[in-house]
Amino acid sequence: MSADYEAVIGLEAHVELATVTKLFCGCLNEFGAEPNTNVCPVCLGLPGSLPVLNRTVVEYALRFAAALDFHVPEESIFARKNYFYPDMPKDYQISQYEEPILVDGQIEIDGVRIGIERAHLEEDTGKTTHMGGGGRIHEADYSLVDYNRAGVPLMEIVSRPDIRTAEQARAYVSELRGVLKTIGVSDVKMEEGSMRVDANVSVRKVGATEFGTKVEVKNMNSLRSLGRAIDFEIERQVEAIEAGERIVQETRHWDEADGRTHGMRTKEGSSDYRYFPEPDLVPLAPSAEMRTAAAGQVPELPQARRARLIAEWGIAETDARVLVDVEGLADFAEAAVAALTDGAARDVANWCTGDVLGYLNETGLSIEVLPLAPDGLAELVGLVAAGTLSRNQAKDVLAECLREPKRPKQVVEERGLEQVSDTGALAAVVDEVLAANADAVDEYRAGDDKVKKKKRGFLMGECMKALKGQGNPQMLNQLLDERLG
Amino acid sequence: MSAALEIAADVRAGRRRARDVLEEHLARIDASEPEIHAFNLVLADEARAAADAVDAAVAAGDDPGPLAGVPIALKDNLCTRGIPTTCSSRILEGWRPPYDATVVARVAAAGAVAVGKTNLDEFAMGSSTENSAYGATRNPRDTSRVPGGSSGGSAAAVAAGFAPLSLGSDTGGSIRQPAALCGTVGVKPTYGAVSRYGLVAFASSLDQIGPFAGSVADAALLLDVIAGPDPLDSTSSPVAPAAVSPVLRDGVAGLRIGLIDELVDADGVAPEVREAVDRAAAALEAAGATVERVSVPSVVYGLSAYYLIAPAEASSNLARYDGVRYGLRVDGGDVATMNARTRDAGFGPEVKRRIMLGTYALSAGYYDAYYGKAQKVRTLIMRDFAGAYERFDALLSPTSPTVAFELGAKADDPLAMYLSDICTIPTNLAGHAAASVPFGTDRDGLPVGVQVLVDAVQEPTMFRVMQALEEAGS
Repeated sequence: MSADYEAVIGLEAHVELATVTKLFCGCLNEFGAEPNTNVCPVCLGLPGSLPVLNRTVVEYALRFAAALDFHVPEESIFARKNYFYPDMPKDYQISQYEEPILVDGQIEIDGVRIGIERAHLEEDTGKTTHMGGGGRIHEADYSLVDYNRAGVPLMEIVSRPDIRTAEQARAYVSELRGVLKTIGVSDVKMEEGSMRVDANVSVRKVGATEFGTKVEVKNMNSLRSLGRAIDFEIERQVEAIEAGERIVQETRHWDEADGRTHGMRTKEGSSDYRYFPEPDLVPLAPSAEMRTAAAGQVPELPQARRARLIAEWGIAETDARVLVDVEGLADFAEAAVAALTDGAARDVANWCTGDVLGYLNETGLSIEVLPLAPDGLAELVGLVAAGTLSRNQAKDVLAECLREPKRPKQVVEERGLEQVSDTGALAAVVDEVLAANADAVDEYRAGDDKVKKKKRGFLMGECMKALKGQGNPQMLNQLLDERLG
Repeated sequence: MSAALEIAADVRAGRRRARDVLEEHLARIDASEPEIHAFNLVLADEARAAADAVDAAVAAGDDPGPLAGVPIALKDNLCTRGIPTTCSSRILEGWRPPYDATVVARVAAAGAVAVGKTNLDEFAMGSSTENSAYGATRNPRDTSRVPGGSSGGSAAAVAAGFAPLSLGSDTGGSIRQPAALCGTVGVKPTYGAVSRYGLVAFASSLDQIGPFAGSVADAALLLDVIAGPDPLDSTSSPVAPAAVSPVLRDGVAGLRIGLIDELVDADGVAPEVREAVDRAAAALEAAGATVERVSVPSVVYGLSAYYLIAPAEASSNLARYDGVRYGLRVDGGDVATMNARTRDAGFGPEVKRRIMLGTYALSAGYYDAYYGKAQKVRTLIMRDFAGAYERFDALLSPTSPTVAFELGAKADDPLAMYLSDICTIPTNLAGHAAASVPFGTDRDGLPVGVQVLVDAVQEPTMFRVMQALEEAGS
């Protein structure tokens, strides 16, 4: 982007709430059931049916409010958003419009405060599958509708236009996901659609106070594509303005394959949703008890946890981020640190972000199903700290403990891996090796640094060979230093 | 004559069989229904099975409930499991609800025997039961005249002796006006007193289910069965209402009754209707009540506000009839064309008129001027009523400005038809209760109804006044 311009970005996140039942009826809220099996008169919008609000949804929203500092008005109002679409059973969506349940929240990203204008509750629609014609509605032979998703609770979270870069947008969404996951109200899987994010993007000359014309960008199904789409859109708008064109207010579709946004066919008259207050529901007024209870259900949030781990363990910001972002990893690490008898917390963190995470990524397993328990990792760190295992040996032991239900000490015994750290035994080996390789010792003594290094390595190798690789390397080094002068 | 109370008492005591009661009513239906057309569907087989079950329960020593063996007619906008529910509209052709409305389940659980689904103005939009896809219903008191509407079939069923009780729905007068025109008792309970679950919605913030009966005591019997909280309707009152049957004999001595200026003196109120209201007021005074005139100024704006709010809600409530999931479907090349053709073929002219009115009233740029302003009028009406209820226990007015009119007389003049409801609409806007009680006839022998209005949840007071009027009028 030209240095003369800055972007103004606002994000709208739709998050499926992980309740057991739907927003307005008792049908199961589950992903992947047989089509049209989790349905009833209410979520099918049959004539005469009426919605009844799910209390847990309100509890979840209040917990989210407590986490991100929202104001919860005394009352909020459900409204009908009217438009025709085959996967919408009532041909209106029950949503919230002028009076949402939460207003004025915020998230801090690297010291920058991103305001959240509002969060409101609404019902999801069904899912249409177009058959034939490559799955596109206009060429399809016919369409099938699955209403299992109809009535699933959604929370729409609308940021203020406080975001300036794609990087910041990604950080905001990442933080939002972390919070939602931590407080246990959503799976927030962008790939499965339980979190969908649209971006409103405009650009303006640096220093301008007016906003430029905004464009809504949809269809990003990962953090990566969100960042790419925003960057592309910023470029496109700046180039257009530089070329003397006007930006049209429109909705554009991100195409992951060609890496571009495309204007969508405009639907005539689609913008008038004729909102009015939903007469089938009473105003939503959470009780003081519910508000208080929600505040008590917010666990330590990602940002606070990262700060604590950095301070307590002396680890790097990036490592703290990995620990907290990967589901269950920080819990695992904290349990291991709690079980530690010898060794440092940062060693635990290093194993977790290194070998343990590597294994999880390689196998696709989640941490709960590993045969390795946190105190097993603590044991391993203890063995290294005590000098029983070298780091390289510990790597092998850990690899086995990640696959098999074995304690590190058990593996050490089975493999006879115990490191030789007895000074007398090591000294005898070193003397033997030096005596048997007098040539090399002479060359070492006469040689320059390069030769010294080479011969020294050779002698160390011979010592290790004699010890079947189990000599304590620090002690061997020390003994060699003493004897070679 | 409290037919339902007598039947229930006799059946519970084993003096009469529910099946015999039913057969008498089915015989009357056989004889007169072809002329009256109160029903869209007579449920003879289902009713016989239900009556036999009631008799079996009595024989086994069980109590089938307060409506034991009482035949009841159900307005055809109340969902009945496995039984067609048409709203007198082609658009619901072939649809059988998979569930019972709460009121339907409650009357069945109380031992009532459903004899049929009654005709109505399509989706309850009308005041004569002429806007039905299945033909008009005729007034049993004079078959050249309309029974009123929209619950004309339910009113006619009771007036014709097809059933001692029936259920209707009242959005702007759809129970009270046909009750007046057919000479029956009709009650619109306080909004939220009776569950709307399973009532096919017309205007959700105004719709309320209520009873028709041949007597005040029978209406009280039915109201006590159907009223009460329902977890399936978020707008139903969570507090159980006071029963009305126990207070019927409490009299009206000391009650303060207000005669609403704006409705008694309204243009279009027929002289004989006005005289009936005056006689009713005199009768209440004779029974120990005090009667004074009272002004409730904003009620004159009720009709205008109603014809914005009700169509607005209807335009949204009726959107779901799109041909995708149930009922009529007329194919088109694409979804939008299919939607449009289905709705064009499925809805009658009055329903289309109201969908268009409502869509317009909610449109961007017009919302504040129409829907928003109508809601303000609604607030004003509530405030004015609140003022009146500070001084009065109940209010009195005509139910309908006129007696039953000839079939076709207003069919081509929607505004004239809408004016039939000027006296009843304010109650729906306020969410209060009101009822129509027959009070004499005009010189042609056509029944006249008097409306009793009370504040929210004051049904016990309303029924005391109704009972006093019934006793004075008979």
